[in-house]
This record gives sequence, C-alpha cells and structure tokens, in this order.
Amino acid sequence: MSKQTSAPAASSTHCALSVAVPSPHAKAPANTALNAEQKIEIYRKMVRIRRFEERCLPVYNAGKIGGFLHLYIGQEAVAVGACSLMGKDDHVITAYRDHGHAIAVGMDTKALMAELYGKVTGCSKGKGGSMHYFAPDKNYWGGHGIVGGQIPLGTGLAYAVKYQGKKGASMAFMGDGAVNQGAVHEAYNLAALWDLPVLFVIENNRYSMGTSQERSSAGELGKRAEAYGMKCYQCGGHDVYEVRATLDEALKRAREQHKPAVVEIDTYRYRGHSVADPDKTYRDRKEIEDYRNTKDPIQVFQNQLVHEKVLTPEIIEKIDADARAEAERAVEFSEASPFPTADDIQKDVYWETDQAQRTSEGRIFFNSVK
Amino acid sequence: MATLTYREAIRAALSEEIERDPNVVIMGEEVAQFNGAYKVTEGMLEKYGPKRIVDTPISEAGFIGMGIGASMLGIRPVMELMFWSFFSVAYDQIVNNAANVRYMSGGQIACPIVIRGPANGGTNVGATHSHTPENILAHHPGLKVVVPSNAADAKALMKTAIRDNDPVMFLENTLLYGIAGEVPDGDICLPFGRAHIAREGKDLTIVTYGRCVLHSLAAAEKLKADKGLDIEVVDLRTIRPLDVDTVLKSVAKTHRVLIVEEQRPFCSVGTMLAATIQEEAFDELDAPILRVGTIDAPAIYAPPVEKNFQLPNPERVIAGILKVMR
Repeated sequence: MSKQTSAPAASSTHCALSVAVPSPHAKAPANTALNAEQKIEIYRKMVRIRRFEERCLPVYNAGKIGGFLHLYIGQEAVAVGACSLMGKDDHVITAYRDHGHAIAVGMDTKALMAELYGKVTGCSKGKGGSMHYFAPDKNYWGGHGIVGGQIPLGTGLAYAVKYQGKKGASMAFMGDGAVNQGAVHEAYNLAALWDLPVLFVIENNRYSMGTSQERSSAGELGKRAEAYGMKCYQCGGHDVYEVRATLDEALKRAREQHKPAVVEIDTYRYRGHSVADPDKTYRDRKEIEDYRNTKDPIQVFQNQLVHEKVLTPEIIEKIDADARAEAERAVEFSEASPFPTADDIQKDVYWETDQAQRTSEGRIFFNSVK
Repeated sequence: MATLTYREAIRAALSEEIERDPNVVIMGEEVAQFNGAYKVTEGMLEKYGPKRIVDTPISEAGFIGMGIGASMLGIRPVMELMFWSFFSVAYDQIVNNAANVRYMSGGQIACPIVIRGPANGGTNVGATHSHTPENILAHHPGLKVVVPSNAADAKALMKTAIRDNDPVMFLENTLLYGIAGEVPDGDICLPFGRAHIAREGKDLTIVTYGRCVLHSLAAAEKLKADKGLDIEVVDLRTIRPLDVDTVLKSVAKTHRVLIVEEQRPFCSVGTMLAATIQEEAFDELDAPILRVGTIDAPAIYAPPVEKNFQLPNPERVIAGILKVMR
C-alpha cells in the first residue's frame, strides 16, 4: 500500500467560492429553530470527525491500527445532521463506516481512537475495532460489519420503542451497497406492515466498495420504498441544513404517526472504501476533486455560517485547532493505554458470566491447550 | 403435579411468563391466528391478544433480526422458528448479531431473546426440514443451547430461557410434542447446565439428550432384561452450558461411554463430548468412546429407511452398547 498523507480537505482559513450561499434550506423549521451556539456545535462536530479521521490515517499507516479502516471523510453532514435531531427516545444504528455517527452522538474520541488501537480503554475495550463502535447510553447501537445486517436490528429498536409506548424513532443507516441485501427488504416489509417508527437512511456515496451504483443496483435506490407503500425522501448530503430539514420531517412523521420511510441521501466519500483500497480502479481523481471543490460539507456549512455571521475567522481557526489538538490527545491517550489481557478474551461474551455470580451451572467456555 | 404433553408444558411456560413479564412477546410464523404450526401456541392469541402474540410474515432474517434489535432495548421476544431448519436464512442475524453484539460492544449490550422451535428428523419431510443445528449453534460463544427431552424439563427450561439475559436457542422436537409426562405445579425454573441421570447403571454410560434419551432408555431396559446389563443414561438437557462434571462422574463409575445423538458424526455435539471425556478422563476409560448418530447423508425421505436406518433408534443404540461392551 502506498503511503498516504493527511491532507486537509476543507481549508480552515478561506472559503471555496464555488459553493452557493445562502443554503436554500436555511429557512426550514428545523434550522430556524437553531440558535448560534447550536449551529456552531454542528459545525464543530463535523470538523472534529474530519480531524479525528485524518489523524487515524498516519496511525493506520504506521501499523498501529489493525484490520480495516473505513473513513467517513466527505459524508460528515449526514451523521451530524441526523444525530443533531435526536430526542431521548430516538435511536441510531449503522454499518461499519461508523466513526462519524459515533462522534455525532457524543462519544469520546479518546475511547474511539483507543478502540482502533485495540486498547482496553477503547469504547469496546478493544474487542470491537473500527467497525464495531457502540454507545447504548447514547442510543447508539453500532457499528455493524455485515452489509445490511444491522437493518433488521434497527427495525427492532423501532418495534421496542413503539411497544413500550414511547414517542421516539429509530434511524437505521446503510450504504448504497446494502440496498441489495435481502435482510434490508425483509426489514422494509416488516416496518411498513406494522407501522414501525423507523427511518431507513441510505447514505448513497455512489460506490459499494469498488462497484459503482450503475454496476450494482437497478433503478433508484430510495424508490424501492414505494413498493412497500413507504414514503421515500431524497436529498443532498453536502448541506447539513438540507439533511436536517429532510430528516426532521421524516422523524416527526415516524414519531407521531409511526410511519417508516426510506431516506436516500446523496453523499460522497473522499477516501477509498477502506484505507486498504488503492482507489484507482473504479473512479478518477477529478470526480473526487470536483465534489470536494463544490460540495464539501464542512466548507458548505462554514460558508453558510460565515454568511449568517455566526462564524468568524477567529472561531473557525479555534474550532479547527481544537479539533486537531483533540485528535492528538486521542492518539496520546491510545499510545499510553494498555492492551486487554489474555484473561479479558473470555469476558463480555455472556451477560451471565460477567456477573458476580452465575445463574447457570456447568461449563460454558471450552478451551484447548493455552 | 399435572400430566401435560411436551407441547402443553411449553405452552404453560410461555403463558406463565407472558403473565409475569409485560416485556415478553411471542412471535413467529402462524403462532397467533393459525394457533401455531405445531399448536404449541394454541389459544394464546385469544387469551393474550395481538400485542403479545404476533404473527410474522415468512421472513426469518427480518423477524429474527428485529427481535434481536428489540431485545437490546429490553423486550423479551420468544421467536418461533416453524422448524429450526429455517435458521439458515437467519444465520447471520443469530451468529453475528445475537451472539456477537455483547462482545463487540465490550459488554455494554444484553440480548435477552429466545429462539425456539422443533429440530428433528424422523417425520419424512426430507433434507430441508430435518436439520438438527445444536452443534452449529453451540459453536458460537454468546449463545446458549437447550435441548429438553421431556415435558417437565421443557417447561422449567423454557421459563429459565425467557428470564435469561443471554440469547437462548431452544430446540424442541415434533416427535416429542405429543408425549405426556408429569410436570410439577408452580413457578419452577431449572438452571441450565444441570444434567439429569435419567437411569442409573454401573456398566456403561450413555450420554445423550432430546428424543435420543427415549431411545437410550428403551435400549437400556431391553439389555437389562436380555443380558442383565446396567446402563446409565445421562440426559444433558443443555448443550451450552454443558454439565461436564456429571458426565465425568458417570464415566468414572462405568468406564465405558456411548454417545447417542441425532447428529451427523462430523463435528457433532458427540465429537465435542468424546474429545472432552478423553482429555479429562482418559485413565477412566476401559474402551474407546463410540457414537450412535445420524447416518452421514442429507436426511432421506423414504419413511422406513429414515426411521429404521438413518436416525438413531433403540436397535442401533443396542448395537452401539454391545460394541462398546465387547
């Protein structure tokens, strides 16, 4: 693998002028409801995701992160926009490109980085890795490695919310590659049949790994909802105001009327499917540059908030410096943390065996020669 | 003490738990309006209503996955697979989600789901409907696997399963559903991992579970009458956790072991038992451990051939015993 360097995608000091402001979605109720502080927090989260992930790259290339690293860079407005709408009974679940959602729901980047390092201080104690971040205390249910496998789970979260009489909804995220998995269609059917408050959010970044949408999927992805009698929303994922406006409407409908929907969000990833993807065989650099130059979600929102006089160059600079420092602290924390021990391998397998006293008898783990 | 069929005993457990805990929901294909493909849930829709007894579409990956998701938020779904044979279309949900989600989250999530249904051959339904996946399920840490052989155990183990905070795979048997037995009254739960000595003996230990307990007991009675042999029969009740101590204690008494299971030999539950016994009680053995299981082929349709040859039956168990005793 060629050495990749951490290139800043959005400048922190000047505005790319090709992006139109003001956002046509600024006047949507979801966005007029935001005060300046809340807008800055949304912007800050997007920058924190990007700086965190950019910091992951050299760590990965240094061999300190194992396995796969699926970066979310370019898609930040989707997770941040969506999670900024969550109420206390709303839930989120996603696939393996899960760092953005984790930061968006408020997970600690130190624990996230330490998880990549496989350290015991990681958010899953070093047992999950990049693809398996969870924070049930923040209504974040992962972080799932099998394409589409999380969608029935997200439907079950909605089932539980409705069963328990709570006014919440579940957002089940997937990539565009997941729409061809059978489990997704089974979940669509159950949600529509039983009026479950779930939004199936397709983050369409145009490529399922290295296979373009044209080469993998027939028809319009979101429109498949209509075969199940579900409403389909489609929107851009570069403007966080647009993401918020669209999902706010869909979420209210889900919470209040128990109506599921499919939300297809057009977005783009700048990096390969994973860092191991040389990203040279299936798209050209110009496509990436064009998106970055015209639709970069952080730049788009920065321009918008400068236009609104919410952000100043000083604030922009500080947010960026803070995000870089935070990522650096996460690396330092991870470097200094220990790995789990061999004794930890068989913890967190069963609820029962994690308690002081077992409820069952007999042997539950079976070991070969250690 | 009441006399209940195995089917009625499971229904009694489901009903008692539904009444005890508002988070218990019964779900599956045909469990409600149709009264259950095998009538385990008969009458429950009428009694408990459609919120608690839920018919699903034929969509195992979808509804099993949905149940797993709901269980993460505290619902206690009891999901019926019309046949355990259909687990294969929900396998990803069971092994990657139910079994792994606790581990991958570093112990932050519990998944208190029960998946239940019959897993057996012997009913001439061919290879697609005769799978016995207890070995495959027990292979996955995070899952518990229960295989009751009689009505009393079925009831008490089902109650334990529903209250358990880990995912429990509960494997029943269509050929046991109609068999009646004495079932103690009251709110009785049986801990997983406690085997039952179904018959005491000193000459040979049969380790078995599920319907094969019946074959083993029949074989033991016949050999007592014919040859004066005293065969001990250990009914495991659960595969994971596994009551290794009771097995080893019996081996130390009899020094001879036959494993009887409705499993094909390759990587069966018996394979695990044989490995464990020789690892931990090698010096106690006076003869090689043998197994009587399913003849190694997909389940044959031809009714008498399946019953008399492919599956374990008392005659084959007798032949196995005599071979170990030789």
